[in-house]
Amino acid sequence: MAGILVCIEQRNGEIRKASLQALSEAKRLAGGDLPVAAVLIGEGVTASAAGLGANGASKVFVADDANLKLYSAEGYAEAVVKAAEAFGPSAVFFSGTAMGRDLAPRVAAKLGVGALADVVALSREGETFVARRPVYSGKAFTTVDSAGTSPQVISLRPNVFELEEGGGAAEVVALDGLALSIRAVVTEFLAAEGGEIDVAEADVIVAGGRGIKGPENLGLIRDLADALGGAVGASRAIVDAGWIGHSNQVGQTGKVVSPSLYIACGISGAIQHLAGMSSSKVIVAINKDPDAPIFKVADYGIVGDLFEVIPPMIEAIKAL
Amino acid sequence: MNCIVCVTSVPDTASVIKIGDDGKHIDETGIKWIVSPYDEYALEEALKLTEANGGEVTVVTYGPARSEAALRDCLARGAHKAIHVLGGEATLGDSFTIAKALAAAIKDQEYDLVLVGVQGVGTDNAQVGPMLAEMLNLPHVSGITSLDIDGGNLTAGREVEGGKEVVSSPLPALLTCHKGLNEPRYAALKGIMAAKRKPVDKIEVGTLGIDESAGGTYSIRSLELPPEKGAGTILQGEDDPAGAAKEVVQLLRAEAKAI
Ligand SMILES: Cc1cc2nc3c(=O)[nH]c(=O)nc-3n(C[C@H](O)[C@H](O)[C@H](O)COP(=O)(O)OP(=O)(O)OC[C@H]3O[C@@H](n4cnc5c(N)ncnc54)[C@H](O)[C@@H]3O)c2cc1C
Ligand SMILES: Nc1ncnc2c1ncn2[C@@H]1O[C@H](COP(=O)(O)O)[C@@H](O)[C@H]1O
Repeated sequence: MAGILVCIEQRNGEIRKASLQALSEAKRLAGGDLPVAAVLIGEGVTASAAGLGANGASKVFVADDANLKLYSAEGYAEAVVKAAEAFGPSAVFFSGTAMGRDLAPRVAAKLGVGALADVVALSREGETFVARRPVYSGKAFTTVDSAGTSPQVISLRPNVFELEEGGGAAEVVALDGLALSIRAVVTEFLAAEGGEIDVAEADVIVAGGRGIKGPENLGLIRDLADALGGAVGASRAIVDAGWIGHSNQVGQTGKVVSPSLYIACGISGAIQHLAGMSSSKVIVAINKDPDAPIFKVADYGIVGDLFEVIPPMIEAIKAL
Repeated sequence: MNCIVCVTSVPDTASVIKIGDDGKHIDETGIKWIVSPYDEYALEEALKLTEANGGEVTVVTYGPARSEAALRDCLARGAHKAIHVLGGEATLGDSFTIAKALAAAIKDQEYDLVLVGVQGVGTDNAQVGPMLAEMLNLPHVSGITSLDIDGGNLTAGREVEGGKEVVSSPLPALLTCHKGLNEPRYAALKGIMAAKRKPVDKIEVGTLGIDESAGGTYSIRSLELPPEKGAGTILQGEDDPAGAAKEVVQLLRAEAKAI
């Protein structure tokens, strides 16, 4: 039986949670009959390889090279393909982060196969993986497979698959002889100020729309987000108005998110906005218009003025 | 500086999605087709680059007859010529086959840059770009929000979790374009008239060696609408906002277990 190879992402040596979620899901799907291996790429990463056994890998391929310190699609794709050639898997999993979404299709094309992106549920029929993924920005869901081609390249949406622990140490295999002819190189990483949480990764999002009236009131949205340990999201209206950066935009032409809690403040709920957040687990809407479409997708709604509702909400949360 | 821009036609973002009779595709009745929003950033960047440096913009689409409207829209905004690879209904969502068709259509063109959208609004794959880059043996940068070209080199910015990566690459290269890169222009009447006289090269996909009936790499088993949500709990917070605020926090803690 072939097995599942999982590509593990790290930044500055720190392995990302989304990768461990993908690895845990691989282990669950593999059951007792498919071997699971991981591939870890970077500089100075060998020491953390064996520990991936705890999340289900029995073998870890490591590409440890100064030229792989920062991410590059070409260099990393070469390493993943090399690991795939050594392991001969029926599927290669990636976490659907910015890196994974960039790398998976390049790896797939190198392997001469297609890929299934942004998968939110997986099942297995023998060695065929069946995936469920949102399309039309979450206005619909499709169930797909790789039409009999192999290996099946699949990226798993972060924060959807549960992280599990409980294995032993993994066998570590070094990948050498990489050519690493890299043309596009990352020359710099500019960290976002204040270590702000990215909406794409956040478990709680508090989003503001035109109802906040002006950029000076974003502080109120931020305070509520801070009280919940969450990120600040935005409708396109306030992004286009220049009140906040476009990396905060949620929706069809922004980020598609599925946090545990989404609080929409002064957002009407246009179809393009709903497309990006309607799969959130719990949705709260605060809007002074009782007929605003956002209430149709809300689990809890408050009809009222956000400037009067949010401050006592923050107080009540702090009092918990 | 010659640029190739790949564009795809997608349902207008305001469309209400209904499931078609085959249970695998959308019901296309009443759908208005538009150039996929991210592809507008790719086109705009190509137009700006050729305006500044000379050269031509060629737009390419792989799609059925109706996709010609997207090409005409791009020509009206200023693209110089267009290639229409006819087909694509059977391979919707199959990024690998789409990239293969586009690669075959592009490989003999002269170009310094290939620009595509970060993702097709609808397929939501974000895959055709990197796959096409690999097939054309080009370096790529995906999801760019800034671009500088200096001679034979480019510097692009892309947003990732927690910050921004600055990437440098030699030309030729492939870029997938994100919102924030520029402000796409609209077509003016003059452009629309001029577009009618611009050339659209039509190629049957079969002549590029792509057999659409061969099964591809993406098989759709079903398409469904998301499960309906039950009606939510609506609190009136006009007269007693503080009371409603306290109540919603209690509900989130005790009932929804969300905080
Ligand atoms: C191609 C395309 C792509 C798009 N993509 C996106 C996208 O990705 N994301 C997105 O969000 N939009 C997108 N849009 C825009 C979308 O159609 C809407 O215009 C936008 O979402 C509206 O933003 P809003 O809800 O903040 O503003 P509005 O629609 O103006 O709503 C403001 C709301 O605030 C409420 N309000 C006002 N004052 C208060 C107060 N004091 N207290 C409480 N409530 C108050 C009002 O009742 C109203 O419901 C897109 C549009 C197009 C054409
Ligand atoms: N059929 C197509 N014809 C031309 N370009 C396409 C086609 N499909 C996708 N693309 C390009 O690839 C980008 C990403 O698409 P996708 O991988 O489907 O999300 C799009 O924004 C287009 O620029």
